[in-house]
Amino acid sequence: MPFISNTDAQRAEMLAEIGLKNEDLFGDVPAELLCGDLNLPAGMGEQEVRNRLAEIAGKNYIHLTSFLGGGFYDHFIPSAVYATISRSEFYTAYTPYQPETSQGTLQAIYEFQSMICRLTDMEASNASMYDGGTALYEAMTMALRATRRNKVIIDDSVNPIYRVMLHSYSRNLKIDMVETKNHEGLANRDAILKELDNETGAVILQNPNFFGCIDDVTDIAEAAHAKGALLIVSCYPLALGILKTPGEMGADIVTGEGQSLGLPMSFGGPYLGFMATRKKYVRNLPGRIVGETTDVNGDRGYVLTLQTREQHIRRDKATSNICSNEALCALAATVYMSLLGKQGLKETAQLCADKASYAYQRLTAIPGVEPHFHAKWVFNEMVLDLPRDAADVIGKLIEKGYAAGFPLSRYYEGMDNSILVAVTEKRTKQQIGMLAEELEAIL
Amino acid sequence: MKLVFEKSVAGRRGLTIAKSDVPTSINLDASLLRQTDAELPELSELDVVRHFTELSEKNFGVDTNFYPLGSCTMKYNPKVCERIAAYPGFAHLHPLLPQLRGGGMLTQGALEVIYDMDMVLREICGMSAFTMQPMAGAHGELTGIMMMAAYHQDRGNHKTTVLVPDSAHGTNPASASIAGYGIKAVPSDENGLMCIDALKEMLNDEVAGIMLTCPNTLGLFNPHVREICDLVHSVDGLAYYDGANLNAIVGRVRPGDLGFDIVHLNLHKTFATPHGGGGPGSGPVGVVDKLVDYLPVSTVVKRSDGTFALDYDKPKTIGYIAPFYGNFGVFLRAYVYILMAGKEGLERISENAVLNANYIKEKLKPYYDIEHGQLCKHECVFSATRQVENGVHALDVAKGLIDAGYHPPTMYFPLIVKEALMIEPTECESKETLDGFINAMIEIAKKAETEPETLKAAPISAPVGRLDETKAARELNIASLA
Repeated sequence: MPFISNTDAQRAEMLAEIGLKNEDLFGDVPAELLCGDLNLPAGMGEQEVRNRLAEIAGKNYIHLTSFLGGGFYDHFIPSAVYATISRSEFYTAYTPYQPETSQGTLQAIYEFQSMICRLTDMEASNASMYDGGTALYEAMTMALRATRRNKVIIDDSVNPIYRVMLHSYSRNLKIDMVETKNHEGLANRDAILKELDNETGAVILQNPNFFGCIDDVTDIAEAAHAKGALLIVSCYPLALGILKTPGEMGADIVTGEGQSLGLPMSFGGPYLGFMATRKKYVRNLPGRIVGETTDVNGDRGYVLTLQTREQHIRRDKATSNICSNEALCALAATVYMSLLGKQGLKETAQLCADKASYAYQRLTAIPGVEPHFHAKWVFNEMVLDLPRDAADVIGKLIEKGYAAGFPLSRYYEGMDNSILVAVTEKRTKQQIGMLAEELEAIL
Repeated sequence: MKLVFEKSVAGRRGLTIAKSDVPTSINLDASLLRQTDAELPELSELDVVRHFTELSEKNFGVDTNFYPLGSCTMKYNPKVCERIAAYPGFAHLHPLLPQLRGGGMLTQGALEVIYDMDMVLREICGMSAFTMQPMAGAHGELTGIMMMAAYHQDRGNHKTTVLVPDSAHGTNPASASIAGYGIKAVPSDENGLMCIDALKEMLNDEVAGIMLTCPNTLGLFNPHVREICDLVHSVDGLAYYDGANLNAIVGRVRPGDLGFDIVHLNLHKTFATPHGGGGPGSGPVGVVDKLVDYLPVSTVVKRSDGTFALDYDKPKTIGYIAPFYGNFGVFLRAYVYILMAGKEGLERISENAVLNANYIKEKLKPYYDIEHGQLCKHECVFSATRQVENGVHALDVAKGLIDAGYHPPTMYFPLIVKEALMIEPTECESKETLDGFINAMIEIAKKAETEPETLKAAPISAPVGRLDETKAARELNIASLA
């Protein structure tokens, strides 16, 4: 093991100095509890392991032209993001329990919290959650804590990957979760208003929603507040470069998946959950929070704050069990947002919308391909109906080199022919055109 | 140092956005747009890189400083793991791809990593199957307790309580509580181990299970651990192994052989993935046969033709706890680390971790009080009680260490030790490094007697002096709003 520094001679010297023999080191473990030789191969050197993993990585095909989304997108990542998070002072540090040795991490988290607030129009953000799904679950339990109620209404235009997670986590808790069925691709106002009562602690929505439709849910926020319920909005942070913010719509808690802010897809993680709220709910927030303060000399500095909400202090009464979060991913997002800046984020979001609009025109011009919903506006993702089974068509397009989208039959009844197509700023006009040609040829 | 926003200059750009090649520019209805721009900073690429590089220089990391933060296993993070995780074949793979028809064959490498990691962890822990999905240790705890609940429901058991030792990590009671259980703390005995008599008294039909760290947070291996598991099993409870301290026994003792039913690992501890300034982690959970049916979906199976596939056919599953397959990029690094260590390397890890901890413990014993001074495993817990007589607390010792160039140990934990200083050196550190740290600790002990005020004033060499945490909470400023 090259990652152990001491030589045998040094080990012998150390043992002698403390009066132990090597076998004494595990002398406190009863012999019958020792496992003997493990059935594992001998160790490898760096050269061997790089070759082995290069071979395994080679079995993954990454050259499809991808229109896959569903909340996880192939966006462009500037080189400076990886270069910056590769500073080992960042990535080999841990949770900043000792603020004097962790000002770099702490200030970066404070800047992250600030950017999330500015993006969402909220007043308080935590330091990160595991992913968009667990962030939404934590938001749900936070809202129920804050309102002391136990009913939740969630529209099925919220990402189904998150909805199944919420159901799993809620199974043993006394949460009454009511799901409404979207109306024409937007949150179902009639159904939500019908369900909304004085027991309801939260209404959970998404914008742009899973279908890519832009949904201004201001009216639902007002209705929820009138009944004393909170509005939770799960959002796509990059879209907030141009779209009306959850804050402007009246949301009380905002969550989302931050993968679009400079993180590679990495086959599902590590990603970045974020969570922000209004100042009055800050003490209900789960997770780490960094606050500004001053040091003994009056100079500005940053510390972990409001820690009495957390598990290491409050134990079973904590607002959450979260300890490790996704700090390095939050740093990547902070660098990404700094690089794009005010104009760059806006332009990137507009570019996504423009390319999606072009793809919409090209794809719906194919005979037999129709938009599934009549919702007026989409951001960068759309649901299209094909004349036959979508999963089958997608399979055929994979053979042609295209990941054309995601079949919705897996999560939505009666949508066997529907496909969810995402377009990011990385897709070119030519790629979109080629997809349209291949699709037309197959149909 | 200025905030990134305070460096902003109107009109400055850090990235040239690609030119649009599509003919349309869509004008979304104005009612759907934000009223004012998101006030992100306007900086050049150099500004951004310099800002974050300057920030990085205000951190201690394992690569720059000895970092004996107890219970966190701050070992060296091999560079090759970073390099491999960035291979395009891993980093650029969309997680939905294997869920498309024909897509599974295009992700065979990734599925193989998940499958093989499961197999390797089974062997290391003596468990029947692992899920790689939990995204951190505490997330693994929640997943494990959800499986515990599913098991009891399935058997018609009415269980209400999870037992945790009073020395437990805070995540244990928090996780069990969030999963819907009540918590009872089992006291420690005079040897710092769980009091078996107290446990016997607390056991009844309402006990769903027990959560144990072994060795415990004092760094002590409980020789009666199997008896504890047997006792819990006698009321049809389950024994949960908190793998935070696995580094102490890896390659030598397997939680499954001790009688545990559920195990979570912290790959960012035992298996050397970077701590990232607080994450991302990875917290795989392993279970014994009787719990395999409850594992979250999906799992990866190997088909008879040798190919790998996702399996969702688990009628008794607890469901979905992560969007996909867990923190793939993290457990990939751990997989590489385990391949490099091999069978023998794993034994060397625990052996050297234990030697290093005992070396520090014995060398510092004359200078600091230690309530449980017997042979420890991977960490030792001192108490600054002797120094308190001169007004020097654990906090002051910690801050003094910063001026000596060392990251402080974990302070004031476990809660059952007054003025605790929990030191975990890991196997990676050399005798020279340990000697340097020991000398610094001895110097601090001397200063506590001769010039305690210098310790109360520490640190003086860090980017900031001691920070006012009360003010931070009272005058809450947690975001710079535009």
